Amino acid sequence: MAYSDKVIDHYENPRNVGTLDKNDDNVGTGLVGAPACGDVMRLQIKVNDDGVIEDAKFKTFGCGSAIASSSLATEWIKGKTIDEASEIKNETIAKELNLPPVKIHCSVLAEDAIKSAIDDFRKKQAARRESKT
Amino acid sequence: MALKLPIYLDYHATTPLDKRVLDEMLPYFTEDFGNAASRTHAFGWKAEAAVGVARERIAKMINADKPEEIIFTSGATESDNLALKGVAEFYGDKGKHIITSRIEHKAILDSGKRLEKMGFEVTYLDVDQKGFVDPEHVRAAIRPDTILCSVMLANNEVGTVQPIREIGAICREKGVLFHTDAVQGIGRVDFDVQSMNVDLASITAHKMYGPKGVGALYVRRSKPRVRLVAQMDGGGHERGYRSGTLNVPGIVGFGKAAEIITHEWRDEAARVSRLRDSLYKKITSALDEVFVNGPWPVTDANGKVVRLPNNLNISFAYVEGESILMSLKNVSVSSGSACTSASLEPSYVLRALGVEEELAHTSIRFGLGRFTTEEEVDFAADLTVTSIKRLRDLSPLYEMAKEGIDLKSIAWTAH
Repeated sequence: MAYSDKVIDHYENPRNVGTLDKNDDNVGTGLVGAPACGDVMRLQIKVNDDGVIEDAKFKTFGCGSAIASSSLATEWIKGKTIDEASEIKNETIAKELNLPPVKIHCSVLAEDAIKSAIDDFRKKQAARRESKT
Repeated sequence: MALKLPIYLDYHATTPLDKRVLDEMLPYFTEDFGNAASRTHAFGWKAEAAVGVARERIAKMINADKPEEIIFTSGATESDNLALKGVAEFYGDKGKHIITSRIEHKAILDSGKRLEKMGFEVTYLDVDQKGFVDPEHVRAAIRPDTILCSVMLANNEVGTVQPIREIGAICREKGVLFHTDAVQGIGRVDFDVQSMNVDLASITAHKMYGPKGVGALYVRRSKPRVRLVAQMDGGGHERGYRSGTLNVPGIVGFGKAAEIITHEWRDEAARVSRLRDSLYKKITSALDEVFVNGPWPVTDANGKVVRLPNNLNISFAYVEGESILMSLKNVSVSSGSACTSASLEPSYVLRALGVEEELAHTSIRFGLGRFTTEEEVDFAADLTVTSIKRLRDLSPLYEMAKEGIDLKSIAWTAH
């Protein structure tokens, strides 16, 4: 399988690899995929009081395209509001990375990871508001 | 000496042509181009004589009784098809039951499927966790209507060397024809059609330092005399078993490759085995949570080699196979990961061994061979270790496992 230059770049120099404190109320964690399917993405966002994603980290178990999709996703969502970030579509990721048809599911997983991290963050915020009232 | 990159460690897929083989082949492309079936002139006679020499060399390599027992084909896929379908068609009136294993090459499994559609019944024997077929399972599976049993000499993915001698003895005792796909084992482990009671054997030149596009089916001519129905009709070449003009240069190369193996295989297997062991040691001493797929140790209690000397198949837990391949860009290997297969399914061989899908996705197959050097093995081992470490730093699963989280306790979202 020939990879696009962009996939190779993200695979060799992945952006924003790491771990945020999942117990921090301002951190949302998305864990999507399954080891048995060969892809697991963990994407985390740290959101400030203005609703802006000020930091994002990922770790991915998967092929080069999966690693590149999640790396690109973290790059794109940093600095965006959570509403803007939730608008990111897998097609845009697939197009940017020139993913072949058999690798489209990697970009779908990256979109799911963003949404899942945002969901987690929103749930935490809702829970916090509830505990305050 | 500077290392030449990329390094080839995929000898199970194919092997480079030995220069000695090429030298013998060359004249048969140009000056001695005759058709071996031309009986009326010197060009044909010369080609026929060259084919005869090759037939003798190949027969000698596997200890066949007569050179005529070697039927040339286009390769092992054709040989496997001819063996199964040809025997089924000839002996179909006698019985419609065939026995094979779950980890055979697709040429066997898919021929079996085709025969099932034609009214035959095929028993696919399970293998154990190391990939072995139990000869007693063969015995138990044999019925009055069993006509053929086909079990490979050695597996192409995990290197398991099957108890062919034991299976052959049982088949002979029960009057069942025995076929083996010997492709991976030839030149790497003991193989002798007489002492192992093999009635049919598939071989191919390109896995033994010969050219691609030429193979053979050994068909025993006496005790018992095996009969086949040809699957390719035409001019009646190869005693009517396989019509089609012979690939004379290819066959000449095949014969030379066989001659080299007859003389050199034991030393070569010992050398390659040492290199493989060194690769294993370097990798396993530097990394945790790596698991060898297939038999290890490589010899059994009686000292018999039970794993191909050139094979190492390892699962690197928590890192996906295709991403490993991408990282090992200067080392040509293959993976049992689904992502690398055209079908997007993980290796059926690893699954038959009971390797969990999580680990099947992380497997890498190293295949060493005649031209593999110590320097190449060192380079591959070092690169593998640094690659796995880097990818584990990227892996959420490795981090979770190190935190003591049981990955099986998580409700994963299958996709």
